[in-house]
Amino acid sequence: MTPAFPAITFTLNGKRVTVKAHPLKRLLDVLREDFGLTGTKEGCGEGECGACTVVLDGRAVNSCLVPLAQARGARVDTIEGLKGRHPLQKAFAERGGAQCGICTPGMVMAAAALGPNPTLEDVRVGLAGNLCRCTGYIGIYRSIKQANTERRRGASAPASPTARATTLGRGRGPGSARLQPGKSVRGRGSSDPRSAARRKGGSR
Amino acid sequence: MNTAIASLQLLQPSSLTAALKMLRDDGPLTPLAGGTDIYVGLNFGTLKDRRFIDISPIEAMRGVTVRGDVLRVGALTTYRELIESRVVNRLVPMLVAASREIGAVQIQNRGTLGGNVANGSPAGDTLPVLLAADALVELQSCDWVRKVPLRDYYTGYRRSVLRRDELITAIEIPAVHGSQFFRKVGTRAAQSISKVVIAGVHGAEVRIAFGSVAPTVVRVPKTEAALASGASLTEAQEILQTEIVPIDDVRSTAAYRRRVAANLLEDFWRSTGRGRAGFPQK
Repeated sequence: MTPAFPAITFTLNGKRVTVKAHPLKRLLDVLREDFGLTGTKEGCGEGECGACTVVLDGRAVNSCLVPLAQARGARVDTIEGLKGRHPLQKAFAERGGAQCGICTPGMVMAAAALGPNPTLEDVRVGLAGNLCRCTGYIGIYRSIKQANTERRRGASAPASPTARATTLGRGRGPGSARLQPGKSVRGRGSSDPRSAARRKGGSR
Repeated sequence: MNTAIASLQLLQPSSLTAALKMLRDDGPLTPLAGGTDIYVGLNFGTLKDRRFIDISPIEAMRGVTVRGDVLRVGALTTYRELIESRVVNRLVPMLVAASREIGAVQIQNRGTLGGNVANGSPAGDTLPVLLAADALVELQSCDWVRKVPLRDYYTGYRRSVLRRDELITAIEIPAVHGSQFFRKVGTRAAQSISKVVIAGVHGAEVRIAFGSVAPTVVRVPKTEAALASGASLTEAQEILQTEIVPIDDVRSTAAYRRRVAANLLEDFWRSTGRGRAGFPQK
């Protein structure tokens, strides 16, 4: 006989949802099994790799370490909530931010939680809990830089689906653009013409 | 998860009073807060505890306050909250430094100071800080509130004076006088468990604590006394070797830890002299 579990309500990707499951069930498993949201991956199951990163009340967390009971009343945002249209997703696809892809949803969610204006140092620290064995991270930093340029541009433009998506996370508000041209996130051997142009004609 | 979830039970009290009653009447129960240690054990099937009590909603155990010259940190205060707290940055910057090096952002957003004390790992990053700060652990049961100096709190490897009907409700840190120092040596800046960790205060008094060099975090009183009375650094480093008992394990070797502990002592002493900030700049 399956015991009856109390209903637990929270906001999942902007929608109010209710689930009846064991209160100690991992948020990761609730997302994957009860809601069919398999974008969130399990990597290590010990909070080391960040593959299961989701955003809980605006903060990046490892969903493999969060009991369902503690999501009660919270706002949970997963990769599916970005609907494939977020500037980060587009940039990861275009700029070599994803190779095998297993770390990517967690990487994107951790980056999203930083808001649109992180410095390179903020990105490095903010993503230090997300392991990637393919890219060497440079492609990821490059993708985030591109996406954030777009997010900041989008934030000042009329509301579009992508502009709306920039509200995720607790980063600094628009207007404090701190990604410094001189501190490019690109690798030294970069062949990206835009970045190279920026370096040449940069502010210093 | 390698633990059968059906075998687990969670009690969910709505207040501190209710939680303490549950601990007394329905125990034994394992308190669950940020879950960053407990879920690792459940996921790997290494944690034998089956009955838990979710203390995370207890507001009385959150937040940072200053009373007189004592900083009171609720046990449920997360590392993120410590890092972002102005008063903690001003009064105990070494606690902020330690919090920044715990896990990574995802862990800092969830893990709690009370949890670090409760877990009692000899490698717990905030514990040398709390030891060097002469912190007190506030323990509550249905019938009493008691404050135990952290120095007397651990009785052995992951053993403490905490009773099963008590909760760690807060950590109290008396005013710290002098230059503060924290440094963790591990394989990388994020996510690593320390090979050796040191925290120190260099003022009229000298207080030094180490992690990962003994079954519990330790103060090194003879080393402190030597430095305070003007012994040479070399003499202090020799005395230090008699006060630590590091082992070989997956993270490091005893010999390496002894050498690094001596180096860290030097780093502490040289960078916390008069007028020095005490923090190695990255």
